[in-house]
This record gives sequence, structure tokens and C-alpha cells, in this order.
Amino acid sequence: MDATAAKLIGAGLAAIGAGMAAIGVGNVFGSFLESALRNPGAADGQQGRLFIGFAAAELLGLLSFVVAMILIFVA
Amino acid sequence: MAAEQGSVDPMHQFKIEPLFGTDHLSLFGHNIAFTNSSLWMLITTVAITVFVAGGMKRQLVPGRWQMAVESMTGFIDNLLAANVGPAGKKYVPYIFSLFMFILFANLLGLLPLALVGVHPFTFTSHFSVTGVLAILSFAIVLIVGFARHGLHFFSLFVPHGTPVWLLWLIPFIELISFLVRPFSLALRLFVAMMAGHVLLEVLSSFVITSANSGVLWGSVVGIPSFLLMIAICALEFLVAGIQAYVFALLTSLYLNDAENLH
Repeated sequence: MDATAAKLIGAGLAAIGAGMAAIGVGNVFGSFLESALRNPGAADGQQGRLFIGFAAAELLGLLSFVVAMILIFVA
Repeated sequence: MAAEQGSVDPMHQFKIEPLFGTDHLSLFGHNIAFTNSSLWMLITTVAITVFVAGGMKRQLVPGRWQMAVESMTGFIDNLLAANVGPAGKKYVPYIFSLFMFILFANLLGLLPLALVGVHPFTFTSHFSVTGVLAILSFAIVLIVGFARHGLHFFSLFVPHGTPVWLLWLIPFIELISFLVRPFSLALRLFVAMMAGHVLLEVLSSFVITSANSGVLWGSVVGIPSFLLMIAICALEFLVAGIQAYVFALLTSLYLNDAENLH
């Protein structure tokens, strides 16, 4: 296979990671909302943890974006 | 070939250019040219200074402006009180500056000033800038940790209740997760800002290229892309706020580790 073609296919495959991170971020906010509706009183106190979970899930998706960018523009 | 000319280079917006003929300005052999990055850092600093100075009137009944500034400082105050406790009070100036600097930088970079010929430069989309901010946070954590706890700070790597038979593994994992912190902190902000701007640029190239190739493609591809751009712009404002918040939040969590250990 042509090296450029392999790079672009790899960058496309890295987009799977971004999609998976989307599932992860949705999961974080979805679970938070679900439990916040069950116990609205405790919801505000957990907002910090919500964003920590969001940041952790998001970082992994951003890493796959970095991989794609490196494949396209750097490698 | 016509499509090639009409396409937009999504990476051009991140180019750093020396301004005002300072290309070869150097100090101790390093180039210290005044670039568009420095210019927008300066603009950000001036904007924050104006914003905060406008709210320093210390009226008993605050006006709108004072209320805006006080809600910002109160927000950071609450953040530190919730995450670090009473010991977090002394970090309010640092976290506030960090939060406001990143927030203003992200928001100023999103301004549609290109319509009047000025190209806003989002300097938080550069790893060197976010990296320095992250190293600053990490250095403060290390200094505070070692100054307060001395070598006892290393107990951070052995969480409470670690089973004895795992003592060979857990400190190693904790050490790696500790050392990765500045990278993840810097990478998150830089990639989130860069990804958003690249996405907007790619969508705009869709709009331009499809509009150039006729009414049919312009209406099938161009108009939906343009509507998507508007939605992504709204999302970018959200991301600008969230990333600044996450940076401040994670820094305060790391400061909590340094102040209170586990």
C-alpha cells in the first residue's frame, strides 16, 4: 500500500476513537442527569466530579484527534 | 483545479507571524519577536484588566459591572473552597488569573473580527502556551507539596488502604499518573481549541467550494454546512467556557493533593 494512503486510512481509523469518546462523554452527562433527577438536592454538590469525569473522557477522544492530526500533517 | 484554489488551508490560522518588523529581535541569542500570539496575549491581559478594574468600585450595593466581576471571583472562591477547603483561600488569585486568562483567550479567539480584516489568534491553540500554563500549575503543586509536607509528600503515591501485596505496583502507577498530569492538562486545552477551529475552517471550506461549483451543490452541501457552522460556533463558546473551567478545576484538585495529601 502507498504510504500516504496508509496514513490517511490511519487518520480515518483514529476518528473511531473520537466517536468512542463521544459515547463516553454522553455516558458521563447522561448518568449524571439520571441520578440528578432522582436526587436533585445532591446534584449541585457533584458538579465538580461531573466535570472531572467529562475531562477524563474527553481527553481520550482528543488524543485520538491528535493521532489523526499527526498522521495527516506531521508524519 | 478550480476547487483546489478555492479550498481553505485549515492550518493557516495557527501560523505565528512576527509583527511590526520585530522579526530579528533577539535576547541572549533567542528570538523574541513580537508575534501575533504575543499581541493577542497582550489584548487578553488588557481586556481582563479593564474588566476587573471596572468592578473595583467596592460599592455596598453593587452595580451590574461590579456584580459581574464579583460573580467571577465568587465562582473561583467557591471552586477552591469546595475542592481544597479552607487552605485553598490563598490560591484564589492564581486560579482566578488562570481561569480568566484562558477564558478570555478562548473567547477573544472566537470573535468574528475577520469580517473587518483583523484575524483573531487563539494562542491557547498552541501547545507551547498551554504547556507553560500547565508547567506553572504543576510547579506550584510540587513547591507547595514539598514545602508543606517535605518528603512525606511522596505518600501521595501510596493511597490509603493499599493492600500490602500490591505495594510493588500501585506507587508505580500513581507516579506515572502524577507525571502525566501537566501533559494531559496542556494537551486537553490545546487540542480542544485547535480541533474546534480546524472544524470551523473545514466547514467553511465546504461552504466556499460548494458555492463556487454552482447552485445545486451550493444548496445541497453549502447551506447545511453553513447551518452546521453556526451550531458548531455555539458549541465552541460552550467549549471555551468548559475548557477554562476544567483547567481551573483540575489545577485546584492537584493543589488539593499538595495541600492535604490523599
